[in-house]
Amino acid sequence: MSETPQPSQIFLEEAADLLVQLEEALLGLEQAPDDRELLDAAFRALHTLKGSGSMFGFEAMAKFTHHLENAFEQVRKGARPPDSALVGIALAAQDHIRALIENPAEADAAEGDRLLAQVAELMGAAAPAGPTIGAAAAADPVGPVIWRIRFRLSEDAMLRGTNPLLLLDELRGLGPCTVVTQVDRLPALEDMDPCGCYVGWDVLLTTEQPRAAIDDVFIFVQDDATLTIEQVPPEPNKLGDILANRGEVGRDVTEAAASRQPKLGSLLLEDGALTEDQLRSALAEQKHLRNEVQTAKAVAQATAPSASSIRVPAERLDSLMDQVGELVIAQARLKQLIAAGDIAQIKSIAEDIERLSNGLRDTTMGVRMVPIGSLFGRFRRLIRDLSQELGKDVQLSMSGEETELDKTVIERLNDPLVHIVRNSLDHGIEDAEARRQAGKPPQGHVHLSAVHSGAQVRITIKDDGRGLDRDRIRAKAEEQGLVAAGTKLSDTELLQLIFHPGLSTAKTVTSVSGRGVGMDVVKRTIDSLRGSIEVASSAGGGTEITLSLPLTLAIIDGLLVRVGQGRYVLPLSAVEECVELSAEQDRQHSGRSFLNIRDDLVPFLRLRELFASKLPADQYQKVVIVSTGDRRVGLVVDQVIGDHQTVIKSLSKLHADVGSFSGATILGDGTVALILDVAHLVTVGQAAEQRRQAS
Amino acid sequence: MAAANDNPSFEALTFGLAGETFAIDANSVREILDIIPITEVPGAQAFVGGLINVRGRVVPLADLKVKFGMPRTETSIDTRIVVMEVDLAGEPTIVGILTDKVHEVTEISGASIAPTPEIGMKWRPDFIKGIGKRGSDFIIIPDIARIFASE
Repeated sequence: MSETPQPSQIFLEEAADLLVQLEEALLGLEQAPDDRELLDAAFRALHTLKGSGSMFGFEAMAKFTHHLENAFEQVRKGARPPDSALVGIALAAQDHIRALIENPAEADAAEGDRLLAQVAELMGAAAPAGPTIGAAAAADPVGPVIWRIRFRLSEDAMLRGTNPLLLLDELRGLGPCTVVTQVDRLPALEDMDPCGCYVGWDVLLTTEQPRAAIDDVFIFVQDDATLTIEQVPPEPNKLGDILANRGEVGRDVTEAAASRQPKLGSLLLEDGALTEDQLRSALAEQKHLRNEVQTAKAVAQATAPSASSIRVPAERLDSLMDQVGELVIAQARLKQLIAAGDIAQIKSIAEDIERLSNGLRDTTMGVRMVPIGSLFGRFRRLIRDLSQELGKDVQLSMSGEETELDKTVIERLNDPLVHIVRNSLDHGIEDAEARRQAGKPPQGHVHLSAVHSGAQVRITIKDDGRGLDRDRIRAKAEEQGLVAAGTKLSDTELLQLIFHPGLSTAKTVTSVSGRGVGMDVVKRTIDSLRGSIEVASSAGGGTEITLSLPLTLAIIDGLLVRVGQGRYVLPLSAVEECVELSAEQDRQHSGRSFLNIRDDLVPFLRLRELFASKLPADQYQKVVIVSTGDRRVGLVVDQVIGDHQTVIKSLSKLHADVGSFSGATILGDGTVALILDVAHLVTVGQAAEQRRQAS
Repeated sequence: MAAANDNPSFEALTFGLAGETFAIDANSVREILDIIPITEVPGAQAFVGGLINVRGRVVPLADLKVKFGMPRTETSIDTRIVVMEVDLAGEPTIVGILTDKVHEVTEISGASIAPTPEIGMKWRPDFIKGIGKRGSDFIIIPDIARIFASE
């Protein structure tokens, strides 16, 4: 259970995240090439990929990424804007990186070389000075480095037009600086030439720029100035170490002084081993280094917002969920046992345990929730690539990305959504010419949205294309013998035919879709998630496909009812109200089978008849009104028993053909109860009602 | 004649069903339960018309008598549920099967297993792997995977 994950496994997960970040940044850049933050995000992702890749032995990937990173470094310097040509190649390169990570042995090296050549060509065209700068940059260590720059200009420097303040300003431009002035050579006032330059400077500079950039600052004064530039280790040293490092005082002197305990600096000053200026400068250096370490820590914290979240293997979550499920069942049994007896103390313990197990259940399920934005994000790339492939200009918009769904559901939603979006782009949205003729804007539009509705999440994929061609669907279905010619079909039934395997209305088969596989897979996946699909479409106005999915696959609040001898659970979230079925309404067996609920007609189903129960009906039957979306149906039961914490257990394949139930659960007394599939029952009820109206 | 028989020997659990003795591979058996409350599944095939709770797991309960066309009988004091693992379209699934009586775990030698006779059988031959012999008794070896796979 507590296996330590392989380091390379951790890298693979991290790399997957980084690739997603890179892709998001690149797609964002295509829309907003001026966004500095996105550019930096892309660069950071590349940089980290390169670094951790070579650490875990993905040499080919690290090498490839290195070149790409260099290119982006130049883009950051403004050598070239991140236009769509560059983003296009970068996206292809990102795919190549993925291949290099996932399957280094089979990745196409020629493809990598071709991409790099393209990148070089793009960058080369824009940056003729590229090679020299690139070479210098490559040789320099990556990340900020602290330099100690000490310079003293010749006394007549200012007479020759050198302005030391400008030099200091230039240094400041390279990064955070700490400047200490050395005034020890300042002559007495009467000896001083007002135009002479008597002071020297010690500068501590933290910069990501290469050494060459610092040399450039002094390029015009280096001949008549004393200049030293050295790299400083980034740990804040003891003053003694700094002084020794700077060569001001021998290490033995500082150690001897330090052994006398009080502040080293003041002691050395007293001993005359050090001038006040030298000490000030060394102390400033110490402070600069301390600040540096602190900012580095702060940056590390700021750039790692994930510090407050952790990665947990999915199977641990699953096993936690299983155990919470068993706890909930055990709690239900306890509750039932207590209800029979009458011991006040145990009752209060049982109530505590109920409260705790409910809390634990909610927290555990919350842990498994993931915002759907992580799934939607993948579609930006899909739509970009597809619209280029199909030569259609399609814009994607999204809403409700923060809507949370169980992780398992999110993972399994990917393929169905890909199918639907592909279909929208390929069949739904017309090309620009056809759109113009239809009086629509030339740019097509696909909208993905997610919204909570009770214990369900409704995910809608909407396009503004030509809509479904009902005549063609019908013709195809008749041609393939799915429906007999001339059968009366409701509009819903007709549109549901698109989910039938083998039915494709596309006139031509493209690489994108049209082979008639897909929509049936969509249907099957959504069914297996206990969800439902609705289709709405108007000719010329586009298609809207809505997937309704349960929030979780694990535990729900249920309403326990009895029909004949059997006990069944209804998801409480679907229940609107319970009313009594009057003897008069009961008598109208064959005629009207709907209730008048506050002037609304609601069709009802007799579960006794549906389940062929042999026992006589109870004298006072109840009707439980349930709904999905905006459709309602009443279910006639013998008795409403009460609420019940329902741990959902799926049914085996042997019962896959039974439509009325979405699963089973275990009751407090250990027997099995079936969970009613509300969406299915509502459809059955509404269909019966439609048939009745049609006849 | 028996030399042509290369059936492997196996450890079998034998049980009674409408007076006949059946044998299944003992390795696939998880446990044997006394009769427990059975939840009826309305609308399911008669063969798998029920669900039982096996240690917190919801398990379908199958009645082989339906597949063999035997009369269904009321449960008795000897009735047992054999919980076993069956491969359903590549997916290992736990199922329970109703038996009138569980006899014993025994070794059935491969040499004693004869192929299913083409004629003289009242059951679908494809549901039976072979007929074993113990003393003067015949033991039917059902093809559990095929029985569960059939409609």
